[in-house]
Amino acid sequence: MNEQALLHRVGRVDPLSLADYEATGGFEALRLALMWRPERVIEMVKASGLVGRGGAAFPTGVKWEAAARQPVSPKYVVCNADESEPGTFKDRVLMEGDPFALVEAMAICGYAIGAEKGYIYVRGEYPRAYRYLSEAVAQAREAGYLGSRILGSDFSFDIEIRRGAGAYVCGEETALFESIEGKRGTPRQKPPFPTEAGLFGKPTVINNVETFANIPWIVRRGPDWFRSMGPASAPGPKLFCVSGAVRRPGVYEAPMNVTLRQLIEDFAGGLPDGRRVQAVLVGGAAGAFVGPEALDTEMNNESLRQVGATLGSGAVVVVDDRTDMWDVLLRIARFFAHESCGKCYPCQLGTQRQWEILSQARERGLSSGDRERLADLWSTMADASICGLGQTAGSAIQSGLRYVNGRA
Amino acid sequence: MRVTINGQSLDVAPGTTILEAAELLGIHIPRLCYHPALTANALCRLCVVEWEGARTLVPACVAQVREGAVIHTESERVRRARRTILELLASAVDLSKAPELQAYAESLGADLNRFADGEARTFPVYDDNPFYVRDYNKCVLCWRCVQACADDMQFTYALTLSGRGFHTRVDTFFHAPMPDTTCVFCGNCVGVCPTGALESKVEFAVEQGMPVTEAVLHTGAQKRAKRR
Repeated sequence: MNEQALLHRVGRVDPLSLADYEATGGFEALRLALMWRPERVIEMVKASGLVGRGGAAFPTGVKWEAAARQPVSPKYVVCNADESEPGTFKDRVLMEGDPFALVEAMAICGYAIGAEKGYIYVRGEYPRAYRYLSEAVAQAREAGYLGSRILGSDFSFDIEIRRGAGAYVCGEETALFESIEGKRGTPRQKPPFPTEAGLFGKPTVINNVETFANIPWIVRRGPDWFRSMGPASAPGPKLFCVSGAVRRPGVYEAPMNVTLRQLIEDFAGGLPDGRRVQAVLVGGAAGAFVGPEALDTEMNNESLRQVGATLGSGAVVVVDDRTDMWDVLLRIARFFAHESCGKCYPCQLGTQRQWEILSQARERGLSSGDRERLADLWSTMADASICGLGQTAGSAIQSGLRYVNGRA
Repeated sequence: MRVTINGQSLDVAPGTTILEAAELLGIHIPRLCYHPALTANALCRLCVVEWEGARTLVPACVAQVREGAVIHTESERVRRARRTILELLASAVDLSKAPELQAYAESLGADLNRFADGEARTFPVYDDNPFYVRDYNKCVLCWRCVQACADDMQFTYALTLSGRGFHTRVDTFFHAPMPDTTCVFCGNCVGVCPTGALESKVEFAVEQGMPVTEAVLHTGAQKRAKRR
């Protein structure tokens, strides 16, 4: 790519140097925003067309506006840094390579919605990210970018960092709130949505790390710059995590009209010699498998929907023809059974039975009764589970079974 | 506001749940974890209904109606979810003392042996106090006892949940015997248990054909011996 936005500091500056951050445009966006009315910041984010990068793709500006309009205080800004989706490691790169950007973006959000407190909920397995963010928050506070009356304005804002304890479900926003509140990490029924009743029951904006990383850019360069990248329906830069059977697995930044083939072949260097694509898992374990025939699909939700997939977090896991798909599918089924929180019945019981049925089927094949049972499980989990974990726990399995049909 | 449930319309106040609106029309929606005296958690999902325009089914116990809502409580999509949930539940838990659930299963045409090849949740019967017996083989994890013990009734917090996923269970903190917890033996948990997992010692003794005084004194004696 010609220019990198989200990754432009990663690997090029000392991530713990505030001077480096300031020398590369850091905190310019916060200075600008504090000169504007909060409504103008929200209008800009809305006009940019930025949508959440954690997987749900909800319009960020709309979320901010909904929280800003609530006549309640206090309000909270929460950064979902509990990156746990299998095959997803972009937020880690941002937190470890450009931690001040997250601090700046959250302060801007706090100003826009009228919040004075922010939380970063960092995945427990990311000790370096936790250390770097703690250091960045302390330095920013020292320099007057956090704390009371930031940069001489009337705006006060501070950030507290919390660590997760290893549960996938705590990446679900309401389970994350429960965890911060000191309870078991289990999801709440929505509505009410977080913008109305989120953390501690107060209006809350919760955004993914990568979503926040776009904010300083949008404020500094404007919505038109943002919209100049990618298709009209999915503007802006996106991070893709390419892993599995590729030569150069890693995090790559590209607009969302990049094709799956370009990501695998041009960015990640293609598959090792002599191997072919058997299937590609798009969007992580909560996503879906597509076959080699879908490689020319553009990486945005509109295009991916036509091949039965969604962008999700931007994970791309390549499975080559030497890999036994049963291994892959059983691993995913085991993952969901292990990570179900146990609150709602469809997921608590369904993920366990899905795993058991597949384990047995590997040895003796899938009977027609098994297929009927799985079909009922998938439909019930997708339709009746409380949160996204259960709702998507069957999608990768369902799509992936097409590639083991020969033996299934 | 005006809502339509199974083709019948009525006016209800804002804040009315689908479950309440349906009751007003004489429509019964199956439920398990819901209890009128306890916070509704919408976790059993038996009360899910189809709300036209919604992406997924919605739990009637907590979902509040909106103007113009069109709701179906007995569509095939709804019945499929309820039937599968009951089939799954029966494969993990002993439902022999839950006649309401068995009646639901029958009316939905559920085959309660359909997932019988799966792992069941099995526990010893905990008979560690003079007042009630805990048989978690019958526990459906509705959370009612935990909530009754906590903010919904007794504010005692003797009960909690441990484990997760399929292996979630109702437990005491550090798995301590009940007399060693904050339990005051108020009996509220026994009163709200829908499946007989919690049962008074007297009933338990009668069922086991055990002299009641002996059954009650038995654990009490153990407790005193331990404390001495």
